[in-house]
Amino acid sequence: MEMTRTTEAGLIARILAGEKELFHELIRPYERMVYLTLFSIVRNETEAEDGAQEAVISAYRHLASFRGDAKFSTWLTTIAINEGRKRLRKTKGAVEDSIEEKEESHEGDYTPAPLTDWREIPLEALERKELREALRVAVTELPGIYRQVFTLRDLEELNIEQTAQALGITAGVVKVRLHRARIMLQKHLVPYLKTTAPARRGFFGRAL
Amino acid sequence: MKLECKHVWEHISEYIDGSVDAKLREDIERHLEHCEICSAILDSTRNILILTADDRTFELPVGYSERLHERLARELENPGQDSKKD
Repeated sequence: MEMTRTTEAGLIARILAGEKELFHELIRPYERMVYLTLFSIVRNETEAEDGAQEAVISAYRHLASFRGDAKFSTWLTTIAINEGRKRLRKTKGAVEDSIEEKEESHEGDYTPAPLTDWREIPLEALERKELREALRVAVTELPGIYRQVFTLRDLEELNIEQTAQALGITAGVVKVRLHRARIMLQKHLVPYLKTTAPARRGFFGRAL
Repeated sequence: MKLECKHVWEHISEYIDGSVDAKLREDIERHLEHCEICSAILDSTRNILILTADDRTFELPVGYSERLHERLARELENPGQDSKKD
């Protein structure tokens, strides 16, 4: 759910004019987004929650500097990203951080994995808890630059432009990273999905 | 123009987002009509995205919202006094 921009602009004006309690209402639709953004960077629940609180407080303290030319959600996401990066630097140290943040190489295999029995998997399979768990793990294990783009775009459902703006990269880079992230996830989850279909047996009864 | 599977895979993400041009979209759709492998790859990728956007997949810690608003209430009450968490 997202407030219309007019309602939001109205709320912000009233908060700045002194009705500060309304900040609770302003932030409520974005609580989930702030947490997920933090988690995509720090990958630890406690750190993500502490960071989310800091980001929200920081947004409150700096609300007067919010300019209506960006969307409030994008502005808030940028604050959350900065908070996450700050925490990552503190916990991981500069060396690992630079590896995590390095640009994507043009090498690597970003080919999806074929599967022929997907259509035979009942829709109920998507409801399975195990599949959700596998997806959570696969997303958490994506390299940082892909995980962050994927989280903003496909989990928080920002558009390409907003994702680019929040991360400070170009729309073209967002598209490349998003494509690779999606293909990597598809590849990760295919073996898992295959096991939901009846196992095919080879000679001597061994699973193929 | 006849597309190869590899070409379809390269555009799968943009195809899902609806950002390929009309001509390419038509070529991809024609390819999907007869290619089961690409159709399955497209379906599986799309389903992964549906699952990702489902709130039950990535859950928030229990009590997250309550703790957030309590912290915020303290800040509204005493601005700047609560820079460290409990």
